[in-house]
Amino acid sequence: MRFGYIIKEVSTGLRRNLTLSLAVIITVAVSLSLFGSALLINAQVNTMKDYWFDRVEVSIFLCGNISDSPNCADGAISEEEKGQIRSDLQGMTDIVDTVFYESKEQALARFKDQFKNSPIADTATADQMPESFRVKLVDPTQFAVIEGAFGLRPGVEQVIDQRQTLQKLFDALGGLQKLAQAVAGVMILVTILLISNTMRVAAYNRRRETGIMRLVGASNFTIQLPFLLEAAVAATIGSLVAIGALVVGKIYLIDQTLATSFTFTTFIGWDAIYAIVPVMLGAGVGLAVLAAGLTLRKYLKV
Amino acid sequence: MIRFDHVTKLHKGATRPAVEDVTVDIERGEFVFLVGASGSGKSTFLRLLLREDRPTSGTVWVAGKDLNKLANWKVPALRRQIGCVFQDFRLLPNRTVAGNVAFALEVIGTPREEIKEIVANVLDLVGLTGKEDSYPNEISGGEQQRVAIARAFVNRPSILIADEPTGNLDPETSIGIMKLLDRINKIGTTVVMATHDVAIVDQMRKRVIEIENGHIVRDQARGVYGMGA
Repeated sequence: MRFGYIIKEVSTGLRRNLTLSLAVIITVAVSLSLFGSALLINAQVNTMKDYWFDRVEVSIFLCGNISDSPNCADGAISEEEKGQIRSDLQGMTDIVDTVFYESKEQALARFKDQFKNSPIADTATADQMPESFRVKLVDPTQFAVIEGAFGLRPGVEQVIDQRQTLQKLFDALGGLQKLAQAVAGVMILVTILLISNTMRVAAYNRRRETGIMRLVGASNFTIQLPFLLEAAVAATIGSLVAIGALVVGKIYLIDQTLATSFTFTTFIGWDAIYAIVPVMLGAGVGLAVLAAGLTLRKYLKV
Repeated sequence: MIRFDHVTKLHKGATRPAVEDVTVDIERGEFVFLVGASGSGKSTFLRLLLREDRPTSGTVWVAGKDLNKLANWKVPALRRQIGCVFQDFRLLPNRTVAGNVAFALEVIGTPREEIKEIVANVLDLVGLTGKEDSYPNEISGGEQQRVAIARAFVNRPSILIADEPTGNLDPETSIGIMKLLDRINKIGTTVVMATHDVAIVDQMRKRVIEIENGHIVRDQARGVYGMGA
């Protein structure tokens, strides 16, 4: 095996097939970008799940003066009833982790903070805000127990499980994830077909050389290696372009746009990017070499 | 050196075997003409030798090896012992004369520092000294065939197969090529040459194997092209 000969073959091969090499590079770049995006969306959803499910609570909203729910027909909750709910919650130590009472004033402060950019915050008053107990459960799925115990008590307007609200969001995100995966899968299939076809053309273009090589007794490995390296080089370039695209996306789309607009949640960090770099390089080069190898087996037979 | 033992080859989709029940022995150092009309089975015979085709039945032995039992990965080693020359030369147009010959060594991993000397020696043998840096389109057909022979012989194979090597050449040039093949044969190389060239066969007076419709119809030492022709 002559190293110089192989290098020369690969570079002339890539140049001779410039348009096809470019097509392979671009297809690999696009499909791996999608593949990487799908991985990042996955990581992002998991990050959000960790962040939010750690913070979800069950809220027991209490009747106030302005509550119009039928549960509150008897008017605002009495201090006695409030004390009973609190002590009952604190007694359920096996399912209740912490209990926090939020007064109207605290609710207003939180409301103003959440809507600080909106004119609605300026007009809100403490009396419009409901009092509530914020209950953190040991096991967040045990919502039904709390609802059963307190849902129909006098003075309780409503028991809300934040987890259910969030679940709808994550269901929607899950759909997005699946879509991204499907698109990435189709693109990867396209990439395999294109690489396979490129190798067929390359083998045809060099049939004179490969024919002579076979006759003078060059090994299969020697005959196929330039083609495989050509595919690997093109795939490496494509993978690097895809990684670059994701880094740019992380900086501009996530760090500078999403993260500044949506401060209430967390976004993936650089560790998520570092984690997918080897996966993308491996997938890109592995895919190309595999597709090329299988094609060449057919077209460069002994 | 070469032995066909009741070899039959039926190509896929063909109704009649390309060669049928062929048994023949070619000794080391022999010079053999393979004659017969187009489609008689000469090419199949040569392809079986190179293991480009495998027999439907029977056994082909080359250089002591049963080709039926030869593993795929050992085929390149077999082909290094067999040089090949064709009617259409099959040179690489973008390489010089020396480059074309060197190519055969490069792809089997001969060290670079040895290649130059080996190539110079073989170009001297075929009488192309001084043409090293010419490109195939700059030299005559006869010279191109000499380059092809140099490439086939540069690795010093024990067998040289020539498939109509003079088919594209005028009679005078053909004689030069035959003298060269004869010289390579005298060095100890077994030469098998398929040809239509009556004049050459009649002149050389070597062993003649005639194939007709896939059968050997004549095997004659010091023969001529056609018996009654």
